[in-house]
Amino acid sequence: MVTKEKNTPMSLRRGGAAVPAVPPRLRRLRRLRHSRRLIAWTFLAPAVIYLVVFFAYPMYRNLDLSLRNYTVEAFVQGNAAFTGWANYSAVIHNPTFVPALYHTLIFTVVSIAFQFTIGFGLAVFFAKNFRLSRVLRALFLVPWLLPLIVSASTWSWMLNTNFGVVNSALGWFGINPVDWLTAPVWALVSVIIANIWIGIPFNLVLLYSGLQSIPQDIYEAAMLDGAGGTQRFWRVTVPLLKPVIGITLLLGFIYTLRVFDIIWIMTKGGPDNTSTTFSTWSYQLSFGNLVPQFGPGAAVANLLIVLTLIFAFIYLAVRRRLDTA
Amino acid sequence: MTQHRSWYKTVLGVFFTALMLFPVYWMVNVSFTPNDQLAKANPDWFPIHGTVSGYVTVLHQQGPYILTSLFVGICTVIVTLVVAAPAGYALGKLQPPGGGLVGFLLLVAQMIPGIIMAIGFYAIFTSLNILNNVFALVLADSTLSVPFAVLIFAAFMSGIPRELLQASEIDGAGSFRTFWSVVLPVSRNSIVTVALFTFLWSWSDFIFANTLDAGGDHLPITLGIYHYIGDNQLQWTSIMATAVIASIPATILLIVAQRYVAAGVTAGAIKD
Repeated sequence: MVTKEKNTPMSLRRGGAAVPAVPPRLRRLRRLRHSRRLIAWTFLAPAVIYLVVFFAYPMYRNLDLSLRNYTVEAFVQGNAAFTGWANYSAVIHNPTFVPALYHTLIFTVVSIAFQFTIGFGLAVFFAKNFRLSRVLRALFLVPWLLPLIVSASTWSWMLNTNFGVVNSALGWFGINPVDWLTAPVWALVSVIIANIWIGIPFNLVLLYSGLQSIPQDIYEAAMLDGAGGTQRFWRVTVPLLKPVIGITLLLGFIYTLRVFDIIWIMTKGGPDNTSTTFSTWSYQLSFGNLVPQFGPGAAVANLLIVLTLIFAFIYLAVRRRLDTA
Repeated sequence: MTQHRSWYKTVLGVFFTALMLFPVYWMVNVSFTPNDQLAKANPDWFPIHGTVSGYVTVLHQQGPYILTSLFVGICTVIVTLVVAAPAGYALGKLQPPGGGLVGFLLLVAQMIPGIIMAIGFYAIFTSLNILNNVFALVLADSTLSVPFAVLIFAAFMSGIPRELLQASEIDGAGSFRTFWSVVLPVSRNSIVTVALFTFLWSWSDFIFANTLDAGGDHLPITLGIYHYIGDNQLQWTSIMATAVIASIPATILLIVAQRYVAAGVTAGAIKD
């Protein structure tokens, strides 16, 4: 890209020099400046229309659903009665509400804790180049790139109670088979394990690129001052990496709160809602039953968006502070 | 000493990578193991009774699904590029008043959970009577990539030297001509990055497919796998063979475009 940029202007400038008269050039520039705003907005317009039609409008429909009493017929005919906050109140008093909220938070916090710690450890490990380090680092991206249905179904089979490789390996240590996906105490653990595996690459890549931006001479200076490896990590790496750490964690929260595919494919939020989160509960209400409950489903989805937006605004505030700093 | 230490790091690195990629190996292993060999408490660690019957079944049953996914993926790439490239140019280079707000809204849009979009689209598609329509699915899938794409384009295009654009304008090219024959060609790398990620996300999409296209005539590969899992016979050899095939785009992406992948992960998160 850099070489391209260097080459093209030269040839263009040569072409520009061939234009003889100066005044028309100036006039054209002035006219361009006048219409620049209009042109800029012409370029931006499709994306703005897109945002309105494909983001704002679906979100509005979602909000509308959550404020009305939609039956299946009303859904098709579009004449549902306005019921205000009734769906929200029903959802909050639903016996699934507290477990779903609790699972959402546990799923997010535990996933992030492991993804971040392992990803950070690997980023530090890969920070110093060694033979094959580039190739191995690239291979670490695989779990993040695979379609979630692929990862989720592979983990489902690996965690199968009777024929899964995980229980077989545990058997070597004399541990009895665990009902990973079917026991109420293990279902949430199982989906968290799979989600940690998928999220490690994201943390690794972000933190690794952060580490690369720390100037090497700071480490050398610290070394000359007699700082050992541990000290260098806590006194140099961590403080200098703080912005990247913050962004990695916040993005992690935002993208983990919404996780749906893995949980739905592996456990459908079961058994008995023991691994359900706001995402899967909302889906269950809207699409998972014979009689869909679009109103409550949309209400749960909107609660999820409130949760997400809290982290989103912290993230944006942090970013803004970094940009101005 | 250094020689010795780097050698030891390589061994450790290979070990970590092998551990990390074990599930991928297991998927491949199971895809080659005959179904009757799978029902064992201690599974075979290597496909010693190797079979390609899983793949044969898949090619017979899943061919249309794969084609649908390819089609949906390519269409989503086109939609995304058409909407996002001009907008990225506007935000990155032309910077009109109000552009900052649009950039902010795109960042927020990127974070909206899929389930909210799925329910909203379901309501809209029902009213418009376009449920189970592949083209409608393309539009829904494009929401996975458009905000990301605009932000990537804005980041890359803000680095295009101003003189380059001025030279083109002095040559008499209008803004659209400049965009088409100067901006787009020098932005080739960002176009590749966006196209690759857009295709991958569209190919991998499950939630939109399962809510908006589950009853359609043309189902994507993710639903092919999902229906296999839901099937009571649980043909894990075939399921895993399909999973391996569904992983091909990601594999190609990693081999062909590794540096774009890392750029795509960090862009929009760290770089501005």
